Amino acid sequence: MKFGVVVFPGSNCDHDAFYAASANAGQQAEYIWHDSSSIANDIDCVIVPGGFSYGDYLRCGAIAKFSPVMSAIKKFAAAGGPVLGVCNGFQILTESGLLPGALLRNTQLSFVCKKVRLEVATTNSPFTCEMVKGSIVTFPVAHGEGCYTADDRTLDLLEAEDRIAFRYIDNPNGSARNIAGILSEGRNVLGMMPHPERVCDPLMGSVEGLALFQSLIASVPALSSSSSSK
Amino acid sequence: MSSITPDLIARNRLTQSEYEKIVSLLGREPSPTELGIFGVMWSEHCSYKSSKIHLKKLPTRSKLVLQGPGENAGIIDIGGGYCIAFKIESHNHPSFIEPFQGAATGVGGILRDIFTMGARPIAVMDALRFGSLDAPRTKSIVKGVVSGISHYGNCFGVPTIGGETVFEPCYNGNPLVNVFALGVAKHTDIFYGRATGIGNPVIYVGAKTGRDGIQGASMASEEFSAESAAKRPNVQVGDPFMEKLLLEACLEAMKTGAIVGIQDMGAAGLTCSTCEMGSRAETGVEIDLKYVPQRETGMTAYEMMLSESQERMLLVAEKGREEEVFAVFKKWGLDAVTIGTVTDDGLLRVKHNGEVMAELSNRALADEAPIYDRPHNAKPYRANAPFDAPEFAVSTDVHADLIRMLASPDLCSKRWIWEQYDYTVRTNTVQGPGSDAAIVRIKETGTSVAMSLDGNGRYCLLDPREGVKLIIAECCRNLSVVGADPVAATNNLNFGNPERPEIMAQLVEAIEGMSEACTFFETPITGGNVSLYNETLGEGIYPSPVMGIVGLLPTAVPVPMEFPKAGLQVLLIGGLRVDTNLQRFGGTQYAKNILNTIWGLPPALDMDYEKRVQSAVREIARAGLAAASHDLGDGGLGVALAECSFGGVGAKVELDATQVRPDLLLFGESPSRVIVATADAAAVQAIAQKHGVECLRLGETMRERLQIRNGASTLVDASIAELKGPWSTSLETTLAS
Repeated sequence: MKFGVVVFPGSNCDHDAFYAASANAGQQAEYIWHDSSSIANDIDCVIVPGGFSYGDYLRCGAIAKFSPVMSAIKKFAAAGGPVLGVCNGFQILTESGLLPGALLRNTQLSFVCKKVRLEVATTNSPFTCEMVKGSIVTFPVAHGEGCYTADDRTLDLLEAEDRIAFRYIDNPNGSARNIAGILSEGRNVLGMMPHPERVCDPLMGSVEGLALFQSLIASVPALSSSSSSK
Repeated sequence: MSSITPDLIARNRLTQSEYEKIVSLLGREPSPTELGIFGVMWSEHCSYKSSKIHLKKLPTRSKLVLQGPGENAGIIDIGGGYCIAFKIESHNHPSFIEPFQGAATGVGGILRDIFTMGARPIAVMDALRFGSLDAPRTKSIVKGVVSGISHYGNCFGVPTIGGETVFEPCYNGNPLVNVFALGVAKHTDIFYGRATGIGNPVIYVGAKTGRDGIQGASMASEEFSAESAAKRPNVQVGDPFMEKLLLEACLEAMKTGAIVGIQDMGAAGLTCSTCEMGSRAETGVEIDLKYVPQRETGMTAYEMMLSESQERMLLVAEKGREEEVFAVFKKWGLDAVTIGTVTDDGLLRVKHNGEVMAELSNRALADEAPIYDRPHNAKPYRANAPFDAPEFAVSTDVHADLIRMLASPDLCSKRWIWEQYDYTVRTNTVQGPGSDAAIVRIKETGTSVAMSLDGNGRYCLLDPREGVKLIIAECCRNLSVVGADPVAATNNLNFGNPERPEIMAQLVEAIEGMSEACTFFETPITGGNVSLYNETLGEGIYPSPVMGIVGLLPTAVPVPMEFPKAGLQVLLIGGLRVDTNLQRFGGTQYAKNILNTIWGLPPALDMDYEKRVQSAVREIARAGLAAASHDLGDGGLGVALAECSFGGVGAKVELDATQVRPDLLLFGESPSRVIVATADAAAVQAIAQKHGVECLRLGETMRERLQIRNGASTLVDASIAELKGPWSTSLETTLAS
């Protein structure tokens, strides 16, 4: 299959996502520049990577939501295309309204970079279908504004609809209900603060993040079979 | 009447004799703008006028060195058509005045030095020196510096993968922030700061120029006084997003083939970049300031030439291909403007409002600053450290001493600091912070680069020459522990006022020791930084040279520091090497933390033995024989064994040195020693023997406890939690209090 990795001027995990999708997961990948107004037809999954989109001096993702590529991604998601937002990508997806809630400054008020344990809270999604529900995976986080917040009604709804994809075992940022990642109503948009793309290579100490890519590959079977062998 | 008064000369921080030299070089009086340009270019910071004659003693070549000192960064061949560019630089003075921005722009400056060479930065490390944690400003300086580094490096997207942090009262009024950065490039993609090609356009790119940081370089070239806080406007403000745009745009513009030379505008901004690029290429540079993008109105030529606004670069493009360059910068939303041309007259000509404001020889500015052989025929300054050891009682409780030492500011876990740095971005970090050496893999070559940053002001105060050799030995040992061959070094020379002979003596001794050790360990110096005048109110810092040494190694899963499982043999490569000469114990962490004093001399170093230990350890690591490995450094054997145990597996150690004082045995800091845990002691032994170094069996790993016995007496018997608790929480708790 083919991944499209969005590049905002301040994206800094774009190369990592590209490398994980191509070198580690063995799929095709290409970059999508932030002023693109459409997503190419052959893209099977869009990744909105981590970084600082347009500097994020205002509010993370507050400017990115107005970018041409986000309009294109909204259309892509509306048509059922899978969209994965990691870290800054998650912040941008909430700002853009593709996911509910918001990411606030970490409760300890400082940036945090560490490996955190996560519970796989649902396997009912194209991102987690190859994982084991209730199992524990360890992904790194690296963010200053990762405290997930939403009103109680929204949080209740997310839980009722099984839309919490990952929960922190050791909450590193004060997120409500230990939420580390959530799914859209259509289950084809996932936003998460931890970085699966950083644990796809044995040299990085773990390949647990590959399960997420493998889930995507498994859930886009028709498209992946022809392209992955190239 | 002359517009140049003695007062104006002094305000540009030039001496009368320097002024006279300027007049004789020019054959006329300089204009005030010209005087300002000379003032910054001939400052200590830009001209190295006090250190230059001694820096020449350093080794700078090897078959791997592609670029030595004199460029923006040194370059080393790593094979496969690729090379690494790296350098260390200080931002000490700004970090005292405004810790957050001072440290942030320190990171920004060194990153630009790397990518101006065409290399993408892939790792940062920092060496930090703060005052005593109970001094009034220290906690706020620590928090400011750490968040400044975090802010800049994280946003830029470079992993901060290690470093070291030391607390000492001599840094109360003068913290040190030394930042090391390393980048990777193809051989064919290296760029230099040279204004070649007569008639080629000189292009300004990046952030707009403002009045910030004017004369920052000169500020870094004088002592601090009580009024230093008033210099806050001299500290620049950093914009890491702008730097990230500049990085991507510069690398992309370089790919067009239209760029012939490029240099960042760092210290002394537009002045330094223009005259240095011209001087290196033996050309002239003419610029018209009306084209310089400005974010303030009414700036004078003096202000624009001396501004140190951040995130700016100067480049020279091939005439007629400007549009290719402009297109790239436009794509990244950056200003790119032709501000002048390369000329054939060797002069820096600055026009402003239709008038020539400065017309000076590039060579005079960049290469003809006075060189001083400052008096150094004094004994190096030792503060209050006596030579002779005081009487001190044999410790009756080294178990309690060990716990106190593990919780001390220098030895405790620095997790609170490095968890604020993104150390895994770019997915190359094979080994990150909290290790002997940091390792990044190079995706392009399939090999790895290890790096170690080290300094020891206490050792250098006691003996600058021997102290710096110990630092270099330690860096190379750290690299060897992970299986890397040390290949090249960068240095940051942090010292006090060179006009005092006893300080100048420290500097000369340290450089000569560095020359000897770098030659011996085959790690030539490829560049670095000299930071002098680190004094506040006449109080100098300890002589604090910091070394950054890089090593090359095949890519592999790294050898951990922590013991992975019970039942492994614990060996000490190099042997115990206890030095019973009490004079050699006065620089140790035990003397600092338990006895609260300093005396004597640093530990004795046998460089030949050290080198053999390193060769043995590298071979052991590469043969896959080490299940865990850790070098003995600050705090000696006791602290190293505790650190190896923090993964939850400790060791039962049985020593047979009953004639030795237990404090010297556990906390002596003799170099040339490395702990190795292995399942195959015989094979490790054989390698040690082959290299002619001792391999002492210490004991065996075991779950959850560290026991150290010496003959019949138990020195330490602790649960890992008892040792790790104070070590892991100490810094955070102190900073929160």
